[in-house]
Amino acid sequence: MMSDIWTVMRKELKEIITLGGGSRGGKFSYLIVLGVFGVFVPWQSGRAWVESPMVVALWAWLPYFYTATWVADSFAGERERHTLETLLASRLSDRAILLGKLLAIMTYACGLVWSMAVIGLITVNVGFGQGTLLLYPPATAVAMVVATVLGSGLAASAGILISLRAATARQAAQTMSLLIFFLFIPIFGLQLLPAETQAQVSLWLEQADLAQIGLLAGGIVLVLDGVLLAAALARFQRARLILD
Amino acid sequence: MTDIAIHTENLTRDFKTVRAVDALTLAVPAGIVFGFLGPNGSGKTTTIRLLLGLLEPTTGQAVVLGHDTRTHADAVRAQAGALLEHHGLYERLSAEDNLEFYGRVWRLPGPERAARIKELLTQTGLWDRRRETVGGWSRGMKQKLAVARTLLHRPPLVFLDEPTAGLDPVAAAELREQLAALAAREGVTVFLTTHNLTEAEKLCARVAVIRQGRLLAVGHPDELRRGRGRPQAEVIGRNFSEAALAALRARPEVAGLEVKDGGLAIDLQAEAEMAPLVSVLVQHGVQVEEVRKGKASLEDVFLTLMEEEQK
Repeated sequence: MMSDIWTVMRKELKEIITLGGGSRGGKFSYLIVLGVFGVFVPWQSGRAWVESPMVVALWAWLPYFYTATWVADSFAGERERHTLETLLASRLSDRAILLGKLLAIMTYACGLVWSMAVIGLITVNVGFGQGTLLLYPPATAVAMVVATVLGSGLAASAGILISLRAATARQAAQTMSLLIFFLFIPIFGLQLLPAETQAQVSLWLEQADLAQIGLLAGGIVLVLDGVLLAAALARFQRARLILD
Repeated sequence: MTDIAIHTENLTRDFKTVRAVDALTLAVPAGIVFGFLGPNGSGKTTTIRLLLGLLEPTTGQAVVLGHDTRTHADAVRAQAGALLEHHGLYERLSAEDNLEFYGRVWRLPGPERAARIKELLTQTGLWDRRRETVGGWSRGMKQKLAVARTLLHRPPLVFLDEPTAGLDPVAAAELREQLAALAAREGVTVFLTTHNLTEAEKLCARVAVIRQGRLLAVGHPDELRRGRGRPQAEVIGRNFSEAALAALRARPEVAGLEVKDGGLAIDLQAEAEMAPLVSVLVQHGVQVEEVRKGKASLEDVFLTLMEEEQK
């Protein structure tokens, strides 16, 4: 089972990398992304980029954007390109196909985000280190890794469920884009509240135990990951995928 | 492996109100190329999907390589190879990467995988282009690569769903030759669906004809020709008088005749001698220039079966 998952993962990653970075435009888009979140934003944030625990929220949120495009394509795209039926006619189990695709997308998103984190660290050290080595505090580093994995897992499992149900890759991508709005609800929603309430929320956040909030949020996302993955596994039926 | 590679018993599949496969009972001996013929929409692809366990039958049973497709579909798919309606190649990847992926899927060990990929790509004439992405290839090249992928893990049974459909005649003939050579060399059972009757005649040791999901006939192409298609003869000449035609119609070996394009087409009852019939024509003043005698083709058999079914 593990070797089958790895086989599917390997193929998926190869396709993502071939299409994403194979062309000159693809390489350029990677450079832009790494430039913005690896150089520009850390440079603007200064030492806070390394020291503030709030940066963890960004790491949990960012993978969604790098997952959305590829995950939409995972099943709907294969069906459109007529490669899915051949894959389904092979000896691979349902779980190996599904988990291989899911883990490939998570690996891609996490790899990209962790690369940004490392480049960001170098940027902050170059600009603001003043001779001392600045590092993410261990708790922040661990939280960052966990947040990225959970965030990419949530996006990937939701995306796979959408891709399994979508008629076309474009339809799946559109649904994934709609979900991005949900990510902005807490930010814009807070700004719509009366100033008094906003002040209360800020005060509560300042006084709150961020570690506890992080754990609670992580737990909720973990449960959601599990529920979405179980739904995707239940939805994965060879006959249905061929006939839909 | 059993002597029968595929056995179906009243295999039936309904899609809402449409019966795609209707009580199909079939036995495919191991080690032969078996042609599954039928017009478009006759249930050929659905049958392959049922045999691979990708769809469940509504009723009936299929046993493939000794495994019931309803309960042991995984075991069937673990042993069989399939080139389905579409070639199913990853067009963003190279030819080598495509085979590498499926080699890993079939768990071929590293050195064996590399050797097998080289062997198949060399046999199909694609070795020099192995690093090119498949997306830019012609349909013929893609089909060859897809055939190579199907045979990669040396399956005892392969399903080929209209492998030459959409190819130009040269590419189709080339692929047909390679298919025949590969199948003979690998010694596999080939379940070939096609509506190209020349292809079936050239490749298949046994054929089955279906229409609207129902099996109309099954047997060796020669058996079907003997059983269904009538031998024919064509006489080219002049002065086909009514008297000459009447004299010919009276002969027991003549089933029917028709004057067309300056010639006379004769449907014979069985493998009849032509000399007595030519004598009759000459006696009645017909000037005979040429006599051609031909066997009924599989196409004639197929068309006869379709006509009978429609009636």
